[in-house]
Amino acid sequence: MSIDRRKFIRLSGLTALGLAGASAGNVLSDNAVDSTEAPQTHAPLVGKRWAMVIDIRKCMAAPDCNECSKACHYVHNVPDFDNPKDEIKWIWKETFHHAFHDEGHEHIEEAIKHAKLPVLCNHCDDPPCARVCPTGATWKREEDGIVMMDWHRCIGCRYCMAACPYGSRSFNWRDPRPHIKEVRSDFPARMRGVVEKCTLCDERLARGKLPACVEACKEGALTFGDLEDPNSEVRNLLREHFTIRRKPGLGTQPEIYYIV
Amino acid sequence: MLEKAFSGDKRYWGWIFALLAVIGLGFIFYLRQYAEGLTITGLSRDVTWGFYIAQFTFLVGVAASAVMVVLPYYLHDYKQFAKITILGEFLAVSSVIMCMTFIFVDMGQPFRIINVFLYPSPSSPMFWDTVSLAGYLVLNALIAHVMLTSERQSIAPPKWIKPIIILSIPWAVSIHTVTAFLYCGLEARSFWMTAILAPRFLASAFSSGPALLILLCLLLRKFTKFDAGKEPVQKLAVIVTYAMSLNVFFILMEVFTVAYSSIPHHTAHFEYLFLGLDGHSALAPWMWVSSALAVLALILLLNPSTRRKEGILVFACLTVFASIWIDKGLGMVVAGFIPSPLGTVTEYTPTFPELMISAGVYGLGLLLVTGFYKIALSVRKELPT
Repeated sequence: MSIDRRKFIRLSGLTALGLAGASAGNVLSDNAVDSTEAPQTHAPLVGKRWAMVIDIRKCMAAPDCNECSKACHYVHNVPDFDNPKDEIKWIWKETFHHAFHDEGHEHIEEAIKHAKLPVLCNHCDDPPCARVCPTGATWKREEDGIVMMDWHRCIGCRYCMAACPYGSRSFNWRDPRPHIKEVRSDFPARMRGVVEKCTLCDERLARGKLPACVEACKEGALTFGDLEDPNSEVRNLLREHFTIRRKPGLGTQPEIYYIV
Repeated sequence: MLEKAFSGDKRYWGWIFALLAVIGLGFIFYLRQYAEGLTITGLSRDVTWGFYIAQFTFLVGVAASAVMVVLPYYLHDYKQFAKITILGEFLAVSSVIMCMTFIFVDMGQPFRIINVFLYPSPSSPMFWDTVSLAGYLVLNALIAHVMLTSERQSIAPPKWIKPIIILSIPWAVSIHTVTAFLYCGLEARSFWMTAILAPRFLASAFSSGPALLILLCLLLRKFTKFDAGKEPVQKLAVIVTYAMSLNVFFILMEVFTVAYSSIPHHTAHFEYLFLGLDGHSALAPWMWVSSALAVLALILLLNPSTRRKEGILVFACLTVFASIWIDKGLGMVVAGFIPSPLGTVTEYTPTFPELMISAGVYGLGLLLVTGFYKIALSVRKELPT
């Protein structure tokens, strides 16, 4: 995007006005990234279309496992509220019946009926949340398909939450900080009044690391990779197994696939 | 002209101070919400919009309904509406301001609303809703101001205002259509995803709005020297009757489609609303009252002999207003979230602070209506007859 000097000055003036509107406390609380953090040492992971394949069978083998959720919520400063009303979650385990609400039937295999499987943002090819956002605070990153969030631009209208068919988004109904067990300085903590969700660990990919949930999974149930690369592991899994996606009929094209 | 809102008798000032007290109380509760966050409301991760957004939706309808006096008067030269058109326009202005305030109090980061203009997003219906509401406010404020100024000076209104008035007619339709688009374009929410939503919104708006206008006219006659006249009120009553009939008709269309096809993710929301789902039925009594009121209103309005009796008409207007307020201001928004896309039922009840903040916004709207009507009636009073 080209931008001339005059336009830049005009925009920065307007931005300054906008910033002046936000209270100083708000600005400070967002400013959690520690500049003394070690510089990145690994080459970033680069893909054209990131996707994830989740092997439900492996999750079923460890029914009480919650490592993916724990790891994600720890590295991303996701608060832990005791009540479902204020709850914030990026990746969590859901029953098959809830995750695949339109699928299944009453005589479905017992194991599947009680199975709990991880759900997260589907990073849709046609994300309804990004379509409805009035400020562009959530958008699909064109280079790799990640549905991103800008917590500094979000006005907290929660239209994206109404538009998401997967219940993948959470809102900071109250200040999250007192409810974060251990605030990490290498990832921003959010402020009250903004929406948040999984961003497929874009910050880790940039440092050459796999998403935290994938790394944490001891069962090897989560596989992350580039869908555009025909030799990638995700493509191999999709070729070899029958996979399903959540609510495919809506046309959002989720990029999280499940092996049943 | 503004000074006319600042002179009045004891009763006038009593009313003004009562409204200011309600607004002040709402503001205090808003400060609490601003400090603690929207956690003080009944909203949750599953039900993310509630009372505020529902009131916004309902009031967009009231604002749009001004077109029901503007159109006959300006387009069809229906002279009987000469006295009440300005009341409709001022009601529209006040309602739009209430709408904007409800949006403001619903935002998680209200002072970032400027981002909607800094990063305009044409793919978002919310962007277009902002544009259409702001435009409608400007149009109606301008028209009301110009018409009243001309009236005060006993001169014909300037010619350039006519095209602006004509423009305000489709614009009124647009504000409620775009508000319906906020909801009916979401593939995630089967309850709202129906093409009849915008027509339903318009029909319910064109019945509840004029019903309110009738009540306001009769209140003005009771408490001031202003008399709208018998014929305009009766004409408004006919408009309410037609619009309410269409509204009920549209609802029945929706009920047939959903019930006959009986697709679970469509029927679930109606089940929750009217029968209860998984043991949760907080809204069911309200919805049955709303339905009963709608039927009662239609009986009283469709029958000319009851419609023409003023006492019964007042009752019918209250019934219409209450029925539609429950439908739009309680049921419509919340039911879209229940059950959730994952099939869970999380109920929603507005909290006391939430209701107080809403009361404050309504207080603000009533204060504006009072002030505007005072100005309009004072200008009229001074005219040589």
